[in-house]
Amino acid sequence: MPKFASIAEAVNLIPDGATIMFGGFMGCGSAHKVIDALSKSGKGNFTIICNDGSMPGGPLGEDYYGVAKLIHNGQVKRLITSHVGLNPEVAVRMNDGSLQVDLIPQGSLAEMIRAGGAGLGGVLTPTGVGTLVEEKTDFVLGKVTVDGRVYLHMRPLRADVAVISGYNVDKAGNVWYKGTTRNFNLPMATAADLVIAEADHVVEVGAIEPENVHTYGVFVDYVVDGGNA
Amino acid sequence: MDRSEIKGFIAKRVAAELKDGDVVNLGIGLPTLVPQYLPSSVHVTLQSENGIIGTGAVTEENKDPLYITDAGGSPAIAATGGVYIDSCSSFGLIRGGHVDATILGGLEVDEEGSLSNWIIPGKKVPGMGGAMDLLVGAKHVIVAMEHTAKGAPKILKKCRLPYTAVKCVTKIITEMGVMNVTSKGLELVEINPEFTVDQVQAATEATLIISPNLKPMV
Repeated sequence: MPKFASIAEAVNLIPDGATIMFGGFMGCGSAHKVIDALSKSGKGNFTIICNDGSMPGGPLGEDYYGVAKLIHNGQVKRLITSHVGLNPEVAVRMNDGSLQVDLIPQGSLAEMIRAGGAGLGGVLTPTGVGTLVEEKTDFVLGKVTVDGRVYLHMRPLRADVAVISGYNVDKAGNVWYKGTTRNFNLPMATAADLVIAEADHVVEVGAIEPENVHTYGVFVDYVVDGGNA
Repeated sequence: MDRSEIKGFIAKRVAAELKDGDVVNLGIGLPTLVPQYLPSSVHVTLQSENGIIGTGAVTEENKDPLYITDAGGSPAIAATGGVYIDSCSSFGLIRGGHVDATILGGLEVDEEGSLSNWIIPGKKVPGMGGAMDLLVGAKHVIVAMEHTAKGAPKILKKCRLPYTAVKCVTKIITEMGVMNVTSKGLELVEINPEFTVDQVQAATEATLIISPNLKPMV
Protein backbone atom coordinates (compact mmCIF):
# COMPACT_ATOMS: atom_id res chain seq x y z
CA MET A 1 0.00 0.00 0.00
CA PRO A 2 1.27 3.48 -0.73
CA LYS A 3 1.93 5.95 2.04
CA PHE A 4 0.29 9.33 2.23
CA ALA A 5 2.46 12.40 2.00
CA SER A 6 1.67 16.08 2.32
CA ILE A 7 2.78 18.31 -0.52
CA ALA A 8 5.73 19.47 1.60
CA GLU A 9 6.68 15.88 2.43
CA ALA A 10 6.53 14.98 -1.25
CA VAL A 11 8.97 17.76 -2.04
CA ASN A 12 11.27 16.45 0.72
CA LEU A 13 11.29 13.07 -1.04
CA ILE A 14 12.80 14.62 -4.16
CA PRO A 15 16.58 15.04 -3.85
CA ASP A 16 18.55 17.92 -5.27
CA GLY A 17 19.98 16.90 -8.64
CA ALA A 18 17.40 14.14 -9.16
CA THR A 19 16.26 12.82 -12.52
CA ILE A 20 12.50 13.37 -12.46
CA MET A 21 9.75 12.29 -14.82
CA PHE A 22 6.78 14.64 -14.90
CA GLY A 23 3.57 13.51 -16.57
CA GLY A 24 1.47 15.97 -18.52
CA PHE A 25 1.17 17.32 -22.03
CA MET A 26 1.53 21.10 -22.32
CA GLY A 27 0.81 21.10 -18.61
CA CYS A 28 -2.47 19.18 -18.98
CA GLY A 29 -2.22 16.36 -16.46
CA SER A 30 0.89 17.62 -14.67
CA ALA A 31 1.10 17.50 -10.87
CA HIS A 32 0.67 21.23 -10.42
CA LYS A 33 0.60 21.33 -6.61
CA VAL A 34 3.83 19.36 -6.20
CA ILE A 35 5.51 21.31 -9.00
CA ASP A 36 4.49 24.60 -7.41
CA ALA A 37 5.92 23.57 -4.04
CA LEU A 38 9.08 22.21 -5.69
CA SER A 39 9.53 25.54 -7.46
CA LYS A 40 9.68 27.26 -4.06
CA SER A 41 11.95 24.65 -2.46
CA GLY A 42 15.34 26.01 -3.46
CA LYS A 43 16.23 22.60 -4.90
CA GLY A 44 17.51 22.30 -8.43
CA ASN A 45 20.09 20.83 -10.76
CA PHE A 46 17.31 18.54 -11.99
CA THR A 47 17.23 16.40 -15.09
CA ILE A 48 13.61 16.44 -16.19
CA ILE A 49 11.96 13.96 -18.51
CA CYS A 50 8.69 15.41 -19.76
CA ASN A 51 6.85 15.36 -23.08
CA ASP A 52 7.35 19.10 -23.59
CA GLY A 53 8.63 22.30 -22.01
CA SER A 54 5.04 23.35 -21.31
CA MET A 55 4.31 27.03 -21.73
CA PRO A 56 3.97 30.35 -20.00
CA GLY A 57 0.35 31.27 -19.34
CA GLY A 58 -1.79 28.48 -17.85
CA PRO A 59 -5.58 28.16 -18.31
CA LEU A 60 -6.22 29.72 -14.89
CA GLY A 61 -3.95 32.67 -15.59
CA GLU A 62 -0.81 31.10 -14.11
CA ASP A 63 2.35 32.92 -15.23
CA TYR A 64 4.10 29.59 -15.82
CA TYR A 65 2.31 26.31 -16.32
CA GLY A 66 3.60 22.90 -15.25
CA VAL A 67 7.31 22.28 -15.70
CA ALA A 68 7.68 25.77 -17.25
CA LYS A 69 7.74 26.98 -13.65
CA LEU A 70 10.83 24.91 -12.83
CA ILE A 71 12.53 25.91 -16.08
CA HIS A 72 11.80 29.59 -15.40
CA ASN A 73 13.33 29.26 -11.93
CA GLY A 74 16.56 27.85 -13.34
CA GLN A 75 16.07 24.57 -11.45
CA VAL A 76 16.52 22.39 -14.53
CA LYS A 77 19.96 21.58 -15.97
CA ARG A 78 18.80 19.07 -18.55
CA LEU A 79 15.44 18.53 -20.26
CA ILE A 80 14.72 15.30 -22.13
CA THR A 81 11.63 16.01 -24.19
CA SER A 82 9.96 16.02 -27.61
CA HIS A 83 8.80 19.62 -28.03
CA VAL A 84 9.73 23.00 -26.58
CA GLY A 85 8.25 25.30 -29.21
CA LEU A 86 5.54 26.79 -27.00
CA ASN A 87 7.92 27.81 -24.22
CA PRO A 88 10.21 30.54 -25.63
CA GLU A 89 12.26 30.55 -22.43
CA VAL A 90 13.69 27.13 -23.29
CA ALA A 91 15.35 28.50 -26.43
CA VAL A 92 16.81 31.41 -24.46
CA ARG A 93 18.29 29.06 -21.86
CA MET A 94 19.55 26.65 -24.52
CA ASN A 95 21.34 29.51 -26.23
CA ASP A 96 22.94 30.88 -23.06
CA GLY A 97 24.08 27.36 -22.18
CA SER A 98 22.21 27.09 -18.88
CA LEU A 99 19.89 24.31 -20.09
CA GLN A 100 20.75 21.18 -22.04
CA VAL A 101 17.82 20.02 -24.17
CA ASP A 102 17.62 16.56 -25.71
CA LEU A 103 14.84 16.25 -28.29
CA ILE A 104 13.40 12.81 -28.89
CA PRO A 105 10.41 11.93 -31.08
CA GLN A 106 7.28 11.89 -28.95
CA GLY A 107 6.28 8.32 -29.71
CA SER A 108 9.83 7.10 -29.10
CA LEU A 109 10.00 8.94 -25.79
CA ALA A 110 6.73 7.36 -24.64
CA GLU A 111 7.89 3.85 -25.57
CA MET A 112 11.39 4.33 -24.08
CA ILE A 113 9.73 5.16 -20.76
CA ARG A 114 7.36 2.22 -21.09
CA ALA A 115 10.36 -0.03 -21.82
CA GLY A 116 12.11 1.35 -18.73
CA GLY A 117 9.14 0.34 -16.63
CA ALA A 118 8.53 -2.99 -18.30
CA GLY A 119 11.97 -4.53 -18.01
CA LEU A 120 12.76 -4.24 -21.70
CA GLY A 121 16.13 -3.49 -23.23
CA GLY A 122 14.73 -0.69 -25.31
CA VAL A 123 12.51 -0.12 -28.30
CA LEU A 124 12.95 -0.72 -32.02
CA THR A 125 11.25 2.10 -33.94
CA PRO A 126 11.40 3.25 -37.55
CA THR A 127 10.88 6.82 -36.32
CA GLY A 128 13.97 8.98 -36.73
CA VAL A 129 15.79 6.80 -39.27
CA GLY A 130 17.74 9.07 -41.63
CA THR A 131 17.37 12.12 -39.35
CA LEU A 132 19.46 13.92 -36.73
CA VAL A 133 17.92 11.60 -34.12
CA GLU A 134 20.40 8.93 -35.24
CA GLU A 135 23.22 11.08 -33.86
CA LYS A 136 21.80 11.16 -30.33
CA THR A 137 24.08 8.43 -29.01
CA ASP A 138 22.92 8.92 -25.40
CA PHE A 139 19.59 7.51 -26.51
CA VAL A 140 20.15 5.56 -29.74
CA LEU A 141 22.00 2.29 -29.15
CA GLY A 142 22.23 1.25 -32.79
CA LYS A 143 20.31 0.18 -35.84
CA VAL A 144 18.59 -3.12 -36.32
CA THR A 145 17.05 -4.53 -39.48
CA VAL A 146 13.96 -6.70 -39.05
CA ASP A 147 12.25 -8.23 -42.06
CA GLY A 148 14.09 -5.77 -44.30
CA ARG A 149 13.03 -2.64 -42.43
CA VAL A 150 15.57 -0.50 -40.55
CA TYR A 151 14.80 0.47 -36.95
CA LEU A 152 16.57 2.60 -34.37
CA HIS A 153 17.24 0.82 -31.10
CA MET A 154 16.23 3.42 -28.50
CA ARG A 155 17.38 2.86 -24.93
CA PRO A 156 14.96 2.32 -22.06
CA LEU A 157 14.48 5.34 -19.79
CA ARG A 158 14.09 5.34 -16.03
CA ALA A 159 14.17 8.08 -13.41
CA ASP A 160 14.86 8.54 -9.72
CA VAL A 161 11.38 9.95 -9.22
CA ALA A 162 8.17 10.06 -11.26
CA VAL A 163 5.62 12.69 -10.30
CA ILE A 164 2.25 11.88 -11.80
CA SER A 165 -1.19 13.37 -11.38
CA GLY A 166 -4.59 11.69 -11.39
CA TYR A 167 -8.13 12.95 -11.04
CA ASN A 168 -9.22 10.15 -8.71
CA VAL A 169 -6.64 8.25 -6.68
CA ASP A 170 -7.83 5.69 -4.17
CA LYS A 171 -6.12 4.93 -0.89
CA ALA A 172 -4.45 1.89 -2.47
CA GLY A 173 -2.83 4.17 -5.07
CA ASN A 174 -5.04 3.14 -7.95
CA VAL A 175 -5.43 6.03 -10.40
CA TRP A 176 -8.18 7.11 -12.77
CA TYR A 177 -7.25 9.88 -15.19
CA LYS A 178 -9.77 12.35 -16.56
CA GLY A 179 -9.84 13.49 -20.19
CA THR A 180 -6.49 13.79 -21.90
CA THR A 181 -4.46 13.75 -18.67
CA ARG A 182 -3.48 10.10 -19.02
CA ASN A 183 -0.78 10.96 -21.61
CA PHE A 184 2.72 10.33 -20.16
CA ASN A 185 1.47 9.76 -16.61
CA LEU A 186 0.63 6.17 -17.49
CA PRO A 187 4.08 4.96 -18.62
CA MET A 188 5.98 7.20 -16.18
CA ALA A 189 4.21 5.66 -13.19
CA THR A 190 5.99 2.41 -14.04
CA ALA A 191 9.49 3.71 -14.75
CA ALA A 192 10.91 5.35 -11.63
CA ASP A 193 12.43 4.19 -8.34
CA LEU A 194 10.01 6.44 -6.44
CA VAL A 195 6.52 7.24 -7.72
CA ILE A 196 4.53 10.12 -6.27
CA ALA A 197 0.89 10.43 -7.34
CA GLU A 198 -0.79 13.79 -6.82
CA ALA A 199 -4.53 13.25 -6.46
CA ASP A 200 -7.09 15.85 -7.40
CA HIS A 201 -9.50 13.74 -5.39
CA VAL A 202 -8.55 11.03 -2.90
CA VAL A 203 -11.26 8.37 -2.96
CA GLU A 204 -11.98 5.21 -0.99
CA VAL A 205 -10.60 1.88 -2.14
CA GLY A 206 -13.20 0.38 -4.43
CA ALA A 207 -14.51 3.71 -5.65
CA ILE A 208 -12.69 3.12 -8.94
CA GLU A 209 -13.97 -0.13 -10.43
CA PRO A 210 -11.19 -2.68 -11.05
CA GLU A 211 -11.86 -2.52 -14.79
CA ASN A 212 -11.42 1.25 -14.79
CA VAL A 213 -8.11 1.55 -12.96
CA HIS A 214 -5.59 3.15 -15.32
CA THR A 215 -2.43 3.18 -13.19
CA TYR A 216 -2.30 0.26 -10.77
CA GLY A 217 -1.67 1.04 -7.14
CA VAL A 218 1.26 -1.38 -7.01
CA PHE A 219 3.32 1.18 -8.92
CA VAL A 220 2.58 4.07 -6.57
CA ASP A 221 4.76 4.75 -3.50
CA TYR A 222 3.19 7.95 -2.21
CA VAL A 223 -0.21 9.58 -2.64
CA VAL A 224 -0.42 13.33 -2.20
CA ASP A 225 -3.79 14.96 -1.68
CA GLY A 226 -3.81 17.84 -4.14
CA GLY A 227 -6.88 19.15 -2.42
CA ASN A 228 -9.12 19.92 -5.38
CA ALA A 229 -12.10 18.15 -3.86
CA MET B 1 -5.35 34.41 -56.31
CA ASP B 2 -5.76 36.79 -53.41
CA ARG B 3 -3.46 35.86 -50.54
CA SER B 4 -6.38 35.64 -48.11
CA GLU B 5 -7.95 32.91 -50.25
CA ILE B 6 -4.91 30.67 -50.55
CA LYS B 7 -5.20 28.69 -47.32
CA GLY B 8 -8.90 27.96 -47.80
CA PHE B 9 -8.29 26.95 -51.42
CA ILE B 10 -5.60 24.47 -50.39
CA ALA B 11 -7.66 23.14 -47.46
CA LYS B 12 -10.67 22.58 -49.71
CA ARG B 13 -8.61 20.51 -52.13
CA VAL B 14 -7.05 18.51 -49.29
CA ALA B 15 -10.54 17.70 -48.01
CA ALA B 16 -11.25 15.90 -51.29
CA GLU B 17 -8.48 13.42 -50.44
CA LEU B 18 -10.25 12.12 -47.37
CA LYS B 19 -12.60 9.16 -47.49
CA ASP B 20 -15.56 8.34 -45.30
CA GLY B 21 -14.33 6.46 -42.24
CA ASP B 22 -10.71 7.64 -42.41
CA VAL B 23 -8.74 8.18 -39.21
CA VAL B 24 -6.96 11.49 -39.70
CA ASN B 25 -4.37 13.53 -37.81
CA LEU B 26 -4.18 17.25 -38.55
CA GLY B 27 -1.10 19.37 -38.00
CA ILE B 28 -1.29 22.93 -36.70
CA GLY B 29 -2.30 25.87 -38.90
CA LEU B 30 -3.70 25.31 -42.38
CA PRO B 31 -4.56 21.60 -41.88
CA THR B 32 -7.05 22.52 -39.15
CA LEU B 33 -9.17 24.25 -41.84
CA VAL B 34 -9.69 20.99 -43.76
CA PRO B 35 -12.70 19.50 -41.88
CA GLN B 36 -14.96 22.45 -42.71
CA TYR B 37 -14.65 21.57 -46.39
CA LEU B 38 -15.65 17.91 -46.05
CA PRO B 39 -18.88 17.01 -47.84
CA SER B 40 -21.68 15.92 -45.50
CA SER B 41 -21.34 12.34 -46.78
CA VAL B 42 -17.76 12.05 -45.52
CA HIS B 43 -17.23 11.49 -41.81
CA VAL B 44 -13.69 11.17 -40.57
CA THR B 45 -12.33 10.34 -37.12
CA LEU B 46 -9.89 13.01 -36.06
CA GLN B 47 -7.07 11.88 -33.84
CA SER B 48 -5.16 14.19 -31.53
CA GLU B 49 -1.79 12.70 -30.61
CA ASN B 50 -1.89 13.85 -26.99
CA GLY B 51 -4.68 11.35 -26.41
CA ILE B 52 -7.98 11.64 -28.28
CA ILE B 53 -9.41 9.38 -30.95
CA GLY B 54 -12.51 11.07 -32.34
CA THR B 55 -12.41 14.74 -31.43
CA GLY B 56 -15.63 16.75 -31.24
CA ALA B 57 -16.68 20.38 -31.20
CA VAL B 58 -15.60 22.38 -28.16
CA THR B 59 -18.21 24.72 -26.74
CA GLU B 60 -18.27 27.09 -23.77
CA GLU B 61 -20.42 24.49 -21.99
CA ASN B 62 -18.32 21.39 -22.54
CA LYS B 63 -14.82 22.81 -22.44
CA ASP B 64 -12.60 21.67 -19.58
CA PRO B 65 -9.13 23.17 -20.18
CA LEU B 66 -7.58 21.69 -17.03
CA TYR B 67 -8.31 18.16 -18.16
CA ILE B 68 -9.07 18.01 -21.87
CA THR B 69 -6.84 19.68 -24.46
CA ASP B 70 -5.46 19.13 -27.93
CA ALA B 71 -1.77 18.72 -28.75
CA GLY B 72 -1.33 22.50 -28.79
CA GLY B 73 -2.70 22.87 -25.26
CA SER B 74 -6.01 24.39 -26.38
CA PRO B 75 -9.35 23.08 -25.09
CA ALA B 76 -10.59 19.98 -26.92
CA ILE B 77 -13.22 17.30 -26.41
CA ALA B 78 -13.94 13.75 -27.49
CA ALA B 79 -17.03 13.40 -29.66
CA THR B 80 -19.70 10.90 -28.62
CA GLY B 81 -18.05 7.53 -29.24
CA GLY B 82 -14.58 9.02 -29.04
CA VAL B 83 -11.99 7.92 -26.52
CA TYR B 84 -9.23 9.33 -24.37
CA ILE B 85 -5.98 7.38 -24.43
CA ASP B 86 -2.39 7.54 -23.14
CA SER B 87 0.67 8.55 -25.16
CA CYS B 88 1.97 5.01 -25.74
CA SER B 89 -1.41 3.94 -27.15
CA SER B 90 -1.65 7.11 -29.20
CA PHE B 91 1.69 6.55 -30.88
CA GLY B 92 1.03 2.86 -31.26
CA LEU B 93 -1.99 3.93 -33.28
CA ILE B 94 0.15 6.33 -35.31
CA ARG B 95 3.24 4.18 -35.83
CA GLY B 96 1.24 1.02 -36.31
CA GLY B 97 -0.40 2.23 -39.50
CA HIS B 98 -3.86 2.78 -38.01
CA VAL B 99 -3.96 6.43 -39.06
CA ASP B 100 -5.13 6.69 -42.66
CA ALA B 101 -3.90 10.19 -43.35
CA THR B 102 -1.84 12.89 -41.74
CA ILE B 103 -1.99 16.41 -43.10
CA LEU B 104 0.76 18.81 -42.20
CA GLY B 105 2.74 21.79 -43.39
CA GLY B 106 6.38 21.84 -44.35
CA LEU B 107 9.34 24.17 -44.53
CA GLU B 108 10.82 22.07 -47.33
CA VAL B 109 9.79 18.94 -49.18
CA ASP B 110 11.83 17.22 -51.86
CA GLU B 111 11.37 15.05 -54.92
CA GLU B 112 12.01 11.86 -52.93
CA GLY B 113 9.14 12.74 -50.62
CA SER B 114 11.38 13.67 -47.72
CA LEU B 115 10.16 16.47 -45.49
CA SER B 116 11.82 19.04 -43.24
CA ASN B 117 9.68 20.95 -40.80
CA TRP B 118 11.04 20.60 -37.26
CA ILE B 119 14.21 22.62 -36.95
CA ILE B 120 16.07 25.58 -38.44
CA PRO B 121 19.54 25.08 -36.97
CA GLY B 122 20.78 28.13 -35.13
CA LYS B 123 17.43 29.88 -35.47
CA LYS B 124 14.48 27.85 -34.34
CA VAL B 125 14.52 24.57 -32.44
CA PRO B 126 10.94 23.78 -31.44
CA GLY B 127 11.42 20.02 -31.50
CA MET B 128 9.78 17.33 -33.56
CA GLY B 129 6.95 16.54 -31.15
CA GLY B 130 4.94 13.80 -32.80
CA ALA B 131 5.75 14.77 -36.39
CA MET B 132 8.46 12.16 -37.02
CA ASP B 133 6.18 9.35 -35.82
CA LEU B 134 3.23 10.63 -37.86
CA LEU B 135 5.28 10.81 -41.05
CA VAL B 136 6.67 7.33 -40.60
CA GLY B 137 3.42 5.73 -39.52
CA ALA B 138 0.51 7.30 -41.38
CA LYS B 139 -0.59 5.51 -44.56
CA HIS B 140 -1.07 8.72 -46.51
CA VAL B 141 1.10 11.77 -45.79
CA ILE B 142 -0.28 14.94 -47.36
CA VAL B 143 1.82 18.09 -47.24
CA ALA B 144 -0.51 21.09 -47.45
CA MET B 145 1.34 24.36 -47.80
CA GLU B 146 1.89 27.47 -49.85
CA HIS B 147 4.00 26.65 -52.88
CA THR B 148 6.81 29.07 -52.05
CA ALA B 149 8.06 31.04 -49.07
CA LYS B 150 7.93 34.66 -50.23
CA GLY B 151 8.81 33.50 -53.74
CA ALA B 152 11.58 31.10 -52.71
CA PRO B 153 10.92 27.47 -53.69
CA LYS B 154 9.99 25.09 -50.87
CA ILE B 155 9.67 22.08 -53.15
CA LEU B 156 13.29 21.12 -53.72
CA LYS B 157 15.46 18.48 -55.36
CA LYS B 158 16.80 17.70 -51.90
CA CYS B 159 15.87 19.23 -48.57
CA ARG B 160 18.57 21.48 -47.14
CA LEU B 161 17.15 21.64 -43.60
CA PRO B 162 17.42 18.55 -41.38
CA TYR B 163 14.83 15.93 -42.27
CA THR B 164 11.77 15.23 -40.20
CA ALA B 165 11.48 11.94 -42.08
CA VAL B 166 12.78 10.56 -45.36
CA LYS B 167 10.71 9.21 -48.28
CA CYS B 168 7.43 9.54 -46.45
CA VAL B 169 5.28 12.12 -48.27
CA THR B 170 2.68 10.73 -50.68
CA LYS B 171 1.12 13.98 -51.96
CA ILE B 172 1.83 17.72 -51.98
CA ILE B 173 -1.05 20.17 -52.31
CA THR B 174 -0.38 23.88 -52.81
CA GLU B 175 -2.25 26.84 -54.30
CA MET B 176 -0.54 26.08 -57.62
CA GLY B 177 -1.28 22.40 -57.97
CA VAL B 178 -1.35 18.84 -56.74
CA MET B 179 1.76 16.68 -56.94
CA ASN B 180 2.05 12.96 -56.31
CA VAL B 181 5.33 11.58 -55.03
CA THR B 182 6.34 8.73 -57.32
CA SER B 183 9.44 6.56 -57.59
CA LYS B 184 10.50 8.72 -60.57
CA GLY B 185 9.93 12.05 -58.86
CA LEU B 186 7.13 14.56 -58.37
CA GLU B 187 4.26 14.23 -60.81
CA LEU B 188 2.06 17.28 -61.31
CA VAL B 189 -1.41 15.77 -61.64
CA GLU B 190 -3.58 18.87 -61.14
CA ILE B 191 -2.91 22.53 -61.82
CA ASN B 192 -4.68 25.66 -60.63
CA PRO B 193 -6.02 27.17 -63.90
CA GLU B 194 -4.69 30.56 -62.77
CA PHE B 195 -1.17 29.29 -63.47
CA THR B 196 0.68 27.79 -66.42
CA VAL B 197 2.82 24.68 -66.15
CA ASP B 198 5.86 26.89 -66.77
CA GLN B 199 4.91 29.12 -63.87
CA VAL B 200 4.51 26.15 -61.54
CA GLN B 201 7.86 24.72 -62.65
CA ALA B 202 9.53 28.12 -62.20
CA ALA B 203 8.31 28.19 -58.58
CA THR B 204 9.60 24.65 -57.98
CA GLU B 205 13.25 23.63 -57.67
CA ALA B 206 12.53 19.94 -58.27
CA THR B 207 11.89 18.99 -61.88
CA LEU B 208 8.21 18.18 -62.24
CA ILE B 209 6.93 15.27 -64.25
CA ILE B 210 3.81 16.58 -66.00
CA SER B 211 1.03 14.02 -65.95
CA PRO B 212 -0.36 13.18 -69.39
CA ASN B 213 -3.75 13.43 -67.68
CA LEU B 214 -3.11 16.83 -66.08
CA LYS B 215 -6.41 18.13 -64.72
CA PRO B 216 -7.55 21.52 -63.50
CA MET B 217 -7.45 21.89 -59.73
CA VAL B 218 -10.81 22.99 -58.39
